[in-house]
Amino acid sequence: VTATTTGRAASAGRAPRRHGRAGRAEARAGWLFTAPTLILLGVFLVIPVIMAAWVSVSNWSGINSPFSAGVKYVGFKNYSQLLSGGTLDEQNFGASLRNNLWYVVFVVPLQTALALGLAMLVNSRMIRARGFFRTAFYFPSVTSSVAITVLWLFLFSSTGTVNQVLSWLGIHGPNWFNEPTGLFTLIGQVFGIHSGPHALTSHTMLGVSYWSWLSGPSIAMSAFILLAIFTTSGTFMLLFIAALQNLSSDIEEAAMIDGAGAWTRFWRVTFPQLRPTLYTVLTLGLIGCWQVFDAVYTGTQGAPDNTTNVPAYLSYQTAFGSDGQWGVGSAIAFILFGIIVVFTIVQRLVLRERGVSRRRMRWIRRLQERGASMTEEIH
Amino acid sequence: MQRRTSRLLTAGALALTAALALSACSGGSGFSSGSSDSSKLTNGKGTLNVLIGSSGDAETNAVKAAAASFTTKTGVKVDVQNASNLPQQMAQGFSSGSPADVFYTATSQLASWSKNGSLLDYGNDLSNKNDYYGTLKSSFTYNGKFMCAPKDFSTLALFINTADWKAAGLTDADIPTTWDQLATVSKKLTQDGRVGLTMSPQWERLGAFMAQAGGSLTNAAQTKATVNSAANVKALDYVQSLLKSGSTAFSSDLGESWGGDAFGKNKAAMTVEGNWLTGTMTNTYPSVKYKVVELPTGPSGAGTLQFTNCWGIASQSKNQSNALKLVEYLTSATQQLKFSKAYGVMPTLTSTAAEWKKQYPQYSAFIDEAKNAQGVPTKAGTADVITAFDQKLSSLKTTDVKTLLDGVQKNMAAALKQ
Repeated sequence: VTATTTGRAASAGRAPRRHGRAGRAEARAGWLFTAPTLILLGVFLVIPVIMAAWVSVSNWSGINSPFSAGVKYVGFKNYSQLLSGGTLDEQNFGASLRNNLWYVVFVVPLQTALALGLAMLVNSRMIRARGFFRTAFYFPSVTSSVAITVLWLFLFSSTGTVNQVLSWLGIHGPNWFNEPTGLFTLIGQVFGIHSGPHALTSHTMLGVSYWSWLSGPSIAMSAFILLAIFTTSGTFMLLFIAALQNLSSDIEEAAMIDGAGAWTRFWRVTFPQLRPTLYTVLTLGLIGCWQVFDAVYTGTQGAPDNTTNVPAYLSYQTAFGSDGQWGVGSAIAFILFGIIVVFTIVQRLVLRERGVSRRRMRWIRRLQERGASMTEEIH
Repeated sequence: MQRRTSRLLTAGALALTAALALSACSGGSGFSSGSSDSSKLTNGKGTLNVLIGSSGDAETNAVKAAAASFTTKTGVKVDVQNASNLPQQMAQGFSSGSPADVFYTATSQLASWSKNGSLLDYGNDLSNKNDYYGTLKSSFTYNGKFMCAPKDFSTLALFINTADWKAAGLTDADIPTTWDQLATVSKKLTQDGRVGLTMSPQWERLGAFMAQAGGSLTNAAQTKATVNSAANVKALDYVQSLLKSGSTAFSSDLGESWGGDAFGKNKAAMTVEGNWLTGTMTNTYPSVKYKVVELPTGPSGAGTLQFTNCWGIASQSKNQSNALKLVEYLTSATQQLKFSKAYGVMPTLTSTAAEWKKQYPQYSAFIDEAKNAQGVPTKAGTADVITAFDQKLSSLKTTDVKTLLDGVQKNMAAALKQ
């Protein structure tokens, strides 16, 4: 960040570009030094993206290069196959979006809260062996995701450790990774609601009924949600620790002198100062959640009843699976890209730095006045 | 701002040039896909690359040994590789223009690989083409062309744990031959914390009951979906009644990934599985004694499902005539019987059936059922429909059978229309 700002400032302030031999040599050297990165980015990023974009609007069937003769432009046929028509592709895509949406809704806030909580704990001066805890909390993040997924499959198997522990409490645990019932449906069943109203079950969006959209993450997906929270909180904890250590203690002390308790200090003093880090953590969390693939690939491959399928895995499955629909697979990838961009922009708008609102300003003024009158009284 | 735009333009132009260059490269090696005239095989003399999706070391070693003896006989070098993910690796090979010459092809892959012209349709060039089982040949026929040589096949049969059978006081006379008898013995075998019968929750097992009821997923010509037929409803109603009675449980509900493991760990006394389980029993559960019998007959008689792979040859291969020789060698009667010995599959030639039964009398149920076996649908798009169907079947116990089948019917009809 620093480099770009200074760079921009310098170029804005300086006189027009230098011309002549020295300038050309400098430019050449510049290109030379950036060439390795440019080539790498081009070969492994730009070209594949262009190819995938082309595949998503073509009828490429997986044989020879997508740019070879015979591959035809088909417009947005692949996209419309995903978004309309009630095909299996649409149903699968709708289900995967539903699953991933619930995944995001649960994982992002929970992992952020947990990461912040852990960071506050590890950062507090009260606790001994802080280094140990820091390492312990960070450990799941550096472990191979495949290993952790396999561990999770063992823990959450129908006769696994989790159900064993639940049985001590007298709870008959579910068959986690084989249970397609949604969390909210399950809660509804407790209250005697077994099927949704006609209005919700008979109308569909993207081939999935509204009732099914509202059913929440399946039990199987919930296990993955716990997995994601467990593995990523450590990484984000590090970001929060770094931010917390950057905060100056003056403000904290000033708040203490003003008589703010620990709770008020956290919400009114520390938390607002963490806004940039919060933005980073939420953005990274959001992107990571929409791109979840490895756990599904190693764990359930979309089962049970398609409730753990996610767009990233569906894209792979559609392209590399037995029916080899490369165009549709690429189209899913691009829709997913669009979703991530939209979510990030929305979040940026919500979290942007705003001036203090008028209502809040009045409140502050009132406090100030009261404070002033109190000091007068004392005098 | 202006500088940035021009820089972006430069980057874009660079990327475009690179992409074009790349396309030019691969365009150069472009192979006329699709219409491969089978009388004109390519005559390269290079090393034959063989990619297999092996079930384990026994299979890998058997294929390697066979390839080595082919090399000694003909002088053609063969390199056998075991794929970790065969469809993905083949897809990469096809798109880069250099796939393996010879490779396993599953029935579920046949349609898409035939459709995009990846497979050489060499079936009619095989010297032993008339010796294959008819149902196997039709499993590998696409648009009327016999594409590739069936490698081996398996059928589903009923596995019975003999110790549990005795413990429940059952004798050979009790071996179930009807659905009612199967329900009765399952109930009797449900004791000591184990269930009578287990199955993996997928059409690839339950479809046998549909066949016994006279149903199937499509009509014989694969032009019409018949998923929600009365016969299929009857079959799934029957399985649902077994599940509800508590005498039967899906392997997933027993905490196992497939029926074989649930059977091997004695969480169930019986299971419906194919030939491959005999290999697993020998290697993983050698102490469990079991026997294999034919599946019971349903309302419309005997029925089972059949699974098979073929030896695909790439249309992009430069060594097609040698590849064909290798396939003929690998599918010869002697070689197929060697594979049977190594990993329990059944040879695909009718002429070897008697010999196979003589060598493996304990497994004769598998081959006796072959005449009643239904293949897996091979039309493009059907594999995805079946995957979606399998996903729904895990909650069969609590779903309405007709609604479930109606949903699949809709998808299957759409797939067949394409």
